[in-house]
Amino acid sequence: MGVADWIGLGQMDELGRMDTPMHRIDARAKACVTVAFIVVVMSFPRYEISALVPFLFYPLVLVSLGRIPGRHIVRKIWVASPFALAVGLFNPFFDRQPYGPLGVAGGWVSFASVLLRFLLTVGAALALVACTGMNRLAAGLGRMGVPRVFVVQLLFLYRYLFVVSDEGGKMLRSVEMRSEKGRPLRFRPYGSLLGTLLLRSMDRAERVYRAMVARGFDGEVRELGRPAIRFEDILFVGVWLAFFIIARVWNLADGLGLLLTGIWA
Amino acid sequence: MHMADALISPAVGGTMWAVSGGLIALCARKVKQSTRDNLVPLMGVLGAFIFAAQMVNFSIPGTGSSGHLGGGLILTVLLGPYAALLVIASVLTVQAFFFADGGLLALGCNIFNLGFFPAFVAYPFVYRTVTDARGGAIRDWGAALGAAVVGLLLGAFGVVLETKASGISELPFGAFAALMLPIHLAIGLVEGIATVAVVSFVARARPEALYAAQESGVSNGRRPVLAGLVAVAVLLGGAGSWFASTRPDGLEWSIAKVSGKEELAGADAGIHGELAKIQGKTAVLPDYGFKPSGAEEGEAEAEAGVWPAVSAATSLSGFVGVLMTVALVCFTGVVLKGSLARKAKEGRSEA
Repeated sequence: MGVADWIGLGQMDELGRMDTPMHRIDARAKACVTVAFIVVVMSFPRYEISALVPFLFYPLVLVSLGRIPGRHIVRKIWVASPFALAVGLFNPFFDRQPYGPLGVAGGWVSFASVLLRFLLTVGAALALVACTGMNRLAAGLGRMGVPRVFVVQLLFLYRYLFVVSDEGGKMLRSVEMRSEKGRPLRFRPYGSLLGTLLLRSMDRAERVYRAMVARGFDGEVRELGRPAIRFEDILFVGVWLAFFIIARVWNLADGLGLLLTGIWA
Repeated sequence: MHMADALISPAVGGTMWAVSGGLIALCARKVKQSTRDNLVPLMGVLGAFIFAAQMVNFSIPGTGSSGHLGGGLILTVLLGPYAALLVIASVLTVQAFFFADGGLLALGCNIFNLGFFPAFVAYPFVYRTVTDARGGAIRDWGAALGAAVVGLLLGAFGVVLETKASGISELPFGAFAALMLPIHLAIGLVEGIATVAVVSFVARARPEALYAAQESGVSNGRRPVLAGLVAVAVLLGGAGSWFASTRPDGLEWSIAKVSGKEELAGADAGIHGELAKIQGKTAVLPDYGFKPSGAEEGEAEAEAGVWPAVSAATSLSGFVGVLMTVALVCFTGVVLKGSLARKAKEGRSEA
């Protein structure tokens, strides 16, 4: 988690507050469809590539209709890729069985499949958040039966993320200005620095809490009004689930290829 | 060691979601019963603190490299296990949502690996056993180092088990464990050092902040841990069999394969052995309800056997199909975006 990631976080927050057709879809609908999407994508056998391609539609439609800058999502996916790369990269070494019409080692096929799945699942999750925003998402989770305390915790964490990290960033900058460039802290200053940050954060929590109690806080965050499920939300869920089922049962990319080569022949 | 969705099968991910969901529900109930009324904002701010703490690095003496705080252990020391698990879960959720660090399907696995082990195993069984209220500095060091190492090793072992059970990575069980465990031994030591650095500073600067957690209404006893383990076992069994009956195809054929090897690796702790046995049981269940032709390797071989038999013409159509689908996806994106841009007079072309 580098300092550079924080810039991205602020951007995600801004994206989540936009107002587009995708942002207006109920958070519950988007969350359910995204989870279904990930489960369906991950349920394919591990050598599958072509049947996964049509699933690119879902994140792309979210991103397009939500007017999310694509470069932003792609950069985030790239930053997050080392884990999947590192573990998937072993596949070609352990699975050398020739596979498919080109006789490529099976490991490379499954590695490519892992990468495609990574692109799909991470892309869909990021698109969901960029099209929903933390507040709507947490409220949606609460209405779906996630424990109240946990939803409140998520909201608090998110609210103070910017505040505390700002404070941490300031401390870090002052340290950098007083020390050799790029050298990490020694053990003892590290302890006092983080300890101070911790105590400051705890004091802030105390002040915040008093301020909230003074304004009538009783442990619950109330939302304004309960948005009803609209026809568009049901349509959104229905159309996408139908698409996932069709694309899971039939290989749409192969089908399209057969159709096209059939026309040409 | 945040796991990504791309390496998790729905069965494993769903099972761990159920387990972690149960844990969160239990912890939420315990926190609600707590008498400490400022716990909720404190939890939120401490979660944010963990993010900030991960921006700051310190040099590891004698190695020339640097490390940072992971967070699981220090949260447990400050808040007690129940509140700490909720905070860790919320941190992981935000990381998955906003940083793509760990996936949504893998969230249950990550909460379990990075939350359950430090909060409900390492803290009560190692940290609390070694340290006591009047304990000296050496005891505190030992407690933090031991607890951090145990917590992270168990978590890393969880990653290995879950990845193998998913069967998407080809990495052999032994090699993966041999890769993950030493790395996390080192990370655990770093985590322990960082925890000691912060905790000892707070103990000197403001001791009452440190012991507030232990005197709060949230109990730190070990009985709930055992109850929790039993609940996890039941959930694993229940959720596993549910998924076994609804899953679309034989994806987790490797669970049984791995569970055969798990017994060999039970050296770490009794809990591992138990979990391995439980996972072994859940892995056996799907095979019973399976149609004979689809069992185990049979299906994988059938899958592999279909491909080479495909003629050149069909594989050409396959490539054409994939290319055309990609083109279609991009085209749809451009059109959707274009129509919106015309309306809003802003926005750029996507592809």
